[in-house]
Amino acid sequence: MTTPFYVSPAQAMQDRAEYARKGIARGRSLVVLQYADGIVFVGENPSRALHKFSEIYDRIGFAAAGKYNEYENLRIGGVRYADLRGYTYDRDDVTARGLANVYAQTLGTIFSSAAEKPYEVELVVAEVGATPEGDQIYRLPHDGSIVDEHGSVAVGGNAEQISAFLDQRHRDGMSLAEALKLAVQALSNQANGADREIPADRLEVAVLDRTRPQKRKFKRIVGRQLARLLEADGAASAPTDAASDVEEGEEGGE
Amino acid sequence: MEANTRGTGRLPAAFLTPGSSSFMDFLGEHSPELLPGRRTLPPVQGAVQAPHGTTIVATTFSGGVVLAGDRRATMGNMIAQRDIEKVFPADEYSAVGIAGTAGLAVEMVKLFQLELEHFEKVEGAQLSLEGKANRLSTMIRGNLGMAMQGLAVVPLFAGYDVDRGKGRIFSYDVTGGRSEEQGFAATGSGSIFARGAMKKLYRDDLDEQQATTLVVQALYDAADDDSATGGPDVARRIYPIVAVITEDGVRKLGEQESADIARSILERRLEQPDGPRAALL
Repeated sequence: MTTPFYVSPAQAMQDRAEYARKGIARGRSLVVLQYADGIVFVGENPSRALHKFSEIYDRIGFAAAGKYNEYENLRIGGVRYADLRGYTYDRDDVTARGLANVYAQTLGTIFSSAAEKPYEVELVVAEVGATPEGDQIYRLPHDGSIVDEHGSVAVGGNAEQISAFLDQRHRDGMSLAEALKLAVQALSNQANGADREIPADRLEVAVLDRTRPQKRKFKRIVGRQLARLLEADGAASAPTDAASDVEEGEEGGE
Repeated sequence: MEANTRGTGRLPAAFLTPGSSSFMDFLGEHSPELLPGRRTLPPVQGAVQAPHGTTIVATTFSGGVVLAGDRRATMGNMIAQRDIEKVFPADEYSAVGIAGTAGLAVEMVKLFQLELEHFEKVEGAQLSLEGKANRLSTMIRGNLGMAMQGLAVVPLFAGYDVDRGKGRIFSYDVTGGRSEEQGFAATGSGSIFARGAMKKLYRDDLDEQQATTLVVQALYDAADDDSATGGPDVARRIYPIVAVITEDGVRKLGEQESADIARSILERRLEQPDGPRAALL
């Protein structure tokens, strides 16, 4: 019988976190921003069919960076959770907070269970409110912690740098064109100061638009509408000093 | 039953198991008690008394299809509800109108809407119109046990087929049998009279305005001869629910629009109680 080497729990956790973070960092980053009429999701995605963003419920959207099969699984789990809850109770009883909690529990249990490989994903769950004050954005790192974000959030490979960039420039009440431009700037700004161009057909953009008359607020922005928004002169170079309203939630876990 | 009341609060395995894009299938595996079709009624003598919805009519026109229903629910010889809504958008391009046991029908519609939405969210694409019609068929078949005890649900399904670029109507029987109708269709207790009216008024080249008028005329005729169908209630301002489905999606007529159509028909019927006359030959 072989005796396994002793590994301290702290070391084991650190190794698992390292493993998950590396997996997430391989994926392209994406950003989620509040704007005047809702929440916009922007990411670089060469595929038209394999989405990083999707609709969970009427007012709730989902964004994920990392390993596709793992976050796709979580996404479908979330859709099932939301639909079942809405069917059992009422459509109004499905909230981003509830969903984020379930995701956090799921990721946390998987992360700390020695029998399972940690998920290499980082999620964002966002809910658009009736007013900007009612908007909720939750970031869910791989370990099951949960971060309540305001204004802007970035996940994926270069998240820290992009977050810092966004924190300085994002302000409340931006128009969609402004927010979109800022997001693209933030995403293309990453590689050690050198900007690289992201063409419109490699961008995946979706919004949760509170002004939509339908009860389902999620909408993908594609084709001509996207091109028009990217061209719109929104004076997007947001003044840096107006970023005081952006606060970063405290980092949980690890 | 509820996701986060079990164990650690993580999503149960059934939620994360890849598989069907159907919400009904998921429900059947995870919480079968919530599926309407799985319930069995205790043996009862005679028919169960419950409110019944009555007449639904539909007609195609050049740009799509119109689905409309009266507002009455009856229980035996009583009027159970004067302002019930029996026409519901099923998704962006289709609507369903229900006749039969109101409680079960409304639940069926709720599940049907969710089934279509769930598929769309999971797959990222809509079901074909045929696919939607087939799902509804399955749900009606699931209700057969109840139907045998007098609690039948017989809907009418209408939608705009984006692939073919036209409006289509599907009618059903209690066993879930489905048939596509050409031109116009009706279901419910007043359907015989409504169908007779539409037969005389329908033509191939109707526009939207004419089609909405036609369905309200048909409902008027149904209410005229069937006590379970409600006519336009001018005093209480209760008018038929009319849904127009075109390539732009489902649009329910506003109360004012519906009132205008009903009132103009009423106006003419004051002089001609039997409505417009078709040519004899």
